[in-house]
Amino acid sequence: MSQETGITANQYIHHHLTYWTVGHGFWSLHLDTLLVSLTLGFVFFFSFWMAARKATSGVPGKWQNLVETLVGFVDQQVKETFHGRNKLIAPLALTIFVWVWLMNFMDMLPVDLLPRLTQWAAEPFGTNPEHVYLKVVPTNDMNMTFALSLTVFVLTLFFSVRVKGPLSYAKELFTHPFAAHNLFVKLLLALPNLLLNLVETLAKPLSLSLRLFGNMFAGELLFVLIALLPWWVQWPLSFAWTLFHLVIITIQAFLFMMLTIVYLSMAHESHHSH
Amino acid sequence: MDIVSLIAHVQGLTAIAVSLVFGLGALGTAIGFGILGGKFLEGCARQPELSNMLAVRMFLMAGLLDAVAMIGIGFSLYFVFDNPFVSAVKAAANIVRH
Repeated sequence: MSQETGITANQYIHHHLTYWTVGHGFWSLHLDTLLVSLTLGFVFFFSFWMAARKATSGVPGKWQNLVETLVGFVDQQVKETFHGRNKLIAPLALTIFVWVWLMNFMDMLPVDLLPRLTQWAAEPFGTNPEHVYLKVVPTNDMNMTFALSLTVFVLTLFFSVRVKGPLSYAKELFTHPFAAHNLFVKLLLALPNLLLNLVETLAKPLSLSLRLFGNMFAGELLFVLIALLPWWVQWPLSFAWTLFHLVIITIQAFLFMMLTIVYLSMAHESHHSH
Repeated sequence: MDIVSLIAHVQGLTAIAVSLVFGLGALGTAIGFGILGGKFLEGCARQPELSNMLAVRMFLMAGLLDAVAMIGIGFSLYFVFDNPFVSAVKAAANIVRH
């Protein structure tokens, strides 16, 4: 793939690190992230919907088996971890798990495959192939992972306020984790409590999104770097890294789901036991 | 000082910084995984019937252990390929020239 005249390794890497951007400044959109994630979302939605429509109580087909396994697995995790009553949690957990896994799985496609196909498709329109950028892994994009984690964050705040009541939630921010009975000591500890709670509340969505972004970005960049090596080195290296990356993909999707369930469970319970 | 040696200086320091991030992240993760795996095996030896549940919990903790190391790797690889410090040096050189 280095047959184009004068394309250096640096240019190749830069090309693979550039998004298909529309617009500029604050209003720029990464069209590749948006389109791929929406397509994968629809794939997940319609395939699971077809499994639900065609479900039989007799001997299940392979697809129904897989869907039942996934739904049962997520249901078991939610039952064990979530200490509250909320009908949103299990479907949310299933969506996060399957959707994030599908988006991460796009990293398994060969690095040049989809970008090269879009370059060929765009040539009849007269576009310069070097200006066609496509990053196929949506979770590679900080915007995507922050969208997921900020949504979970807003849900956490919403459920905290709704389940505990706004006054009780605000009081909890000032009186946990250092509690006191003396009124003067209570006022003294209010500010440290608030700072600790603010840091904890802000660190959760930040770490949730950056964890997924860091894993996927490093994974894709390693694939791009392996693509620059001679062909007889590529096969063993990319085989080893693909195997390891499959494990990482599954663990990261599972971890995102579990942390979502845990954070939402913490938003539902009052800390009287602490 | 000419611009080439300035950029080379910045790139050299960036290379050292990136290797420190990689190395310290790997060190922390390796020690953490070692302790985690050891405790998991101990728990399985004490109560083999819990090994499935413990394995699930272990992978959960493994994902959390990976996190900060991977974040460091992601950001430092960005520094390798699109060094903002070099861009700052080049911008300053343009200001001085005009």
